Amino acid sequence: MIATVSRLIPAGLDARPVYELRGVNKTFPRRGVHALDRIDLTLHEGGFASVIGASGCGKSTLLKIMAGLLPPSAGSVMLSGKAVIGPRRDIGMMFQQATLFPWRTTIENIVLPIEIRDGRGAARAKHDEARTLLDLVGLTGFGDVFPNELSGGMAQRAAICRMLITKPAVLLLDEPFSALDELTRDYMNMELQKICMAHNATTFLVTHSISEAVILSDVVYVMSPRPGRFIEAVDIDLPRPRTLDMITTPRFGALVDRIRGRLDRGAFL
Amino acid sequence: MSQTTDTDPHTTTPDTVWSEHVSLIDRIPRSVAMAGLFLAFLAIWQLAWSLQLVSPIILPSPGETARDIVFVGQNLFSGDYMLTALRVTVTEVIYSFALAILIGFSLGVLVGETVFGERAVMPYLVAIDTMPKIAFAPLFIAWLGFGIASKVALATFIATFPIIVGTAAGLHAADENARMLFRTMGASRLQTLMKMKLPTGLPHFFTGLKIASVGVMAGAITGEFLGGGKGFGELIRVAASQLDTPRVFSLIIYLSLLGLATFGSVVWIQRRFVFWQKTSAATDGMA
Repeated sequence: MIATVSRLIPAGLDARPVYELRGVNKTFPRRGVHALDRIDLTLHEGGFASVIGASGCGKSTLLKIMAGLLPPSAGSVMLSGKAVIGPRRDIGMMFQQATLFPWRTTIENIVLPIEIRDGRGAARAKHDEARTLLDLVGLTGFGDVFPNELSGGMAQRAAICRMLITKPAVLLLDEPFSALDELTRDYMNMELQKICMAHNATTFLVTHSISEAVILSDVVYVMSPRPGRFIEAVDIDLPRPRTLDMITTPRFGALVDRIRGRLDRGAFL
Repeated sequence: MSQTTDTDPHTTTPDTVWSEHVSLIDRIPRSVAMAGLFLAFLAIWQLAWSLQLVSPIILPSPGETARDIVFVGQNLFSGDYMLTALRVTVTEVIYSFALAILIGFSLGVLVGETVFGERAVMPYLVAIDTMPKIAFAPLFIAWLGFGIASKVALATFIATFPIIVGTAAGLHAADENARMLFRTMGASRLQTLMKMKLPTGLPHFFTGLKIASVGVMAGAITGEFLGGGKGFGELIRVAASQLDTPRVFSLIIYLSLLGLATFGSVVWIQRRFVFWQKTSAATDGMA
């Protein structure tokens, strides 16, 4: 199984490996759950990888381990050549909910990671940088607005800025747009691609949506539940930049079918 | 032109239009409805008095009561003995509210933030909270005497618990995402408390404060009923013992104004501090 996966690591990515997981295992002995089984994963600089799987297959556990929020039971987790043994400022994270705090303006929300790590003065010094990020995500002029006045999509864009303000080496996205309506979601996915390409970001996305995974990723890892393991790495060879028109192409359909086929077998074994 | 005649039947036959029925009470402004209800209440009161349904010793007429309200008001404004009594009660309320906030907030943080507090302290607080706290009044009077201290103790005792509950509930109000976000940012426990949990919990804290603001009034007056002293409660007790019912009514009216002022100032502070919350601040404390 491991051999299959490593053979399927996307071609043409001789870029520097940024994030490496080797033989990561996770068990929860008290609940008798074997959540992750021998996960091997390499994220290359500027690459976009997704993991897709049924609910409860261990995706969130994997993401928590990668974010340094949960220690693995076995295996090594290395980011930029250093072991991940806790939360790190070079890891950027985004969740399903924007989680902006309503008592802070948008810009104060964005510099919050700086305020936590380096104090208020350092955070204030980052306001200009935060405004540049707001321009990047199309929220020019919304810096001094309170989050109550932002729509769901705008709030997630602000959350992207908050993730980028620390210049992380890797972006971990936990179903970031799944709470948005479908039209906004498609639009946000294209925005996300633009931002990732502009920053040459190394990105790892957890999602339930096959088409979202295909349209965004260089490689999609299909995960089977109990214990969670990668059963296939599907190389997405659609050209970049991707457009929403590609969704109707035969190649896109073939990739979606292939992933769905693997998911069905994996999920109901 | 032919189109106009086509659409004409639709506009001329109202029975094809599904119009919204607006009930009478929706069309009356709130202030008018409230005033109407008050006048109806006065009318029934006057009627009950005129027909002598109740002995006039027990139930004074609305007119008598109104005259006495004016009299008490004049007494308060001229700085007579009633103002002195009101000052005593206000002092008790302020001291007890401040003490209740101090103790309630501290215990709330202990219970809401620490495992020790949640496991060891909380069960005792729940047990004490279920007791009828007014029953402790004789004890406080025995310990602290007939002065202001025993009233402050009782009022504080009553008002502390809603603040503990509000603070602790507020500290648990932050959702899983916010907690995870703070962990990924490497926030310390103190930072998580100060920058996330406490602000998130402010609405709950203020709900506790609103319930407590009603509690301090009840505590102070009960303390004065049972322990004498020089406050407003004592005036009511004396008036009632002399069967001076108009006086009892008008003193209660002024006391309720004091209660409204206490409650109102909490609501006002909440609006300033929790500016992002757009709920009806006046009603959610009464839940």
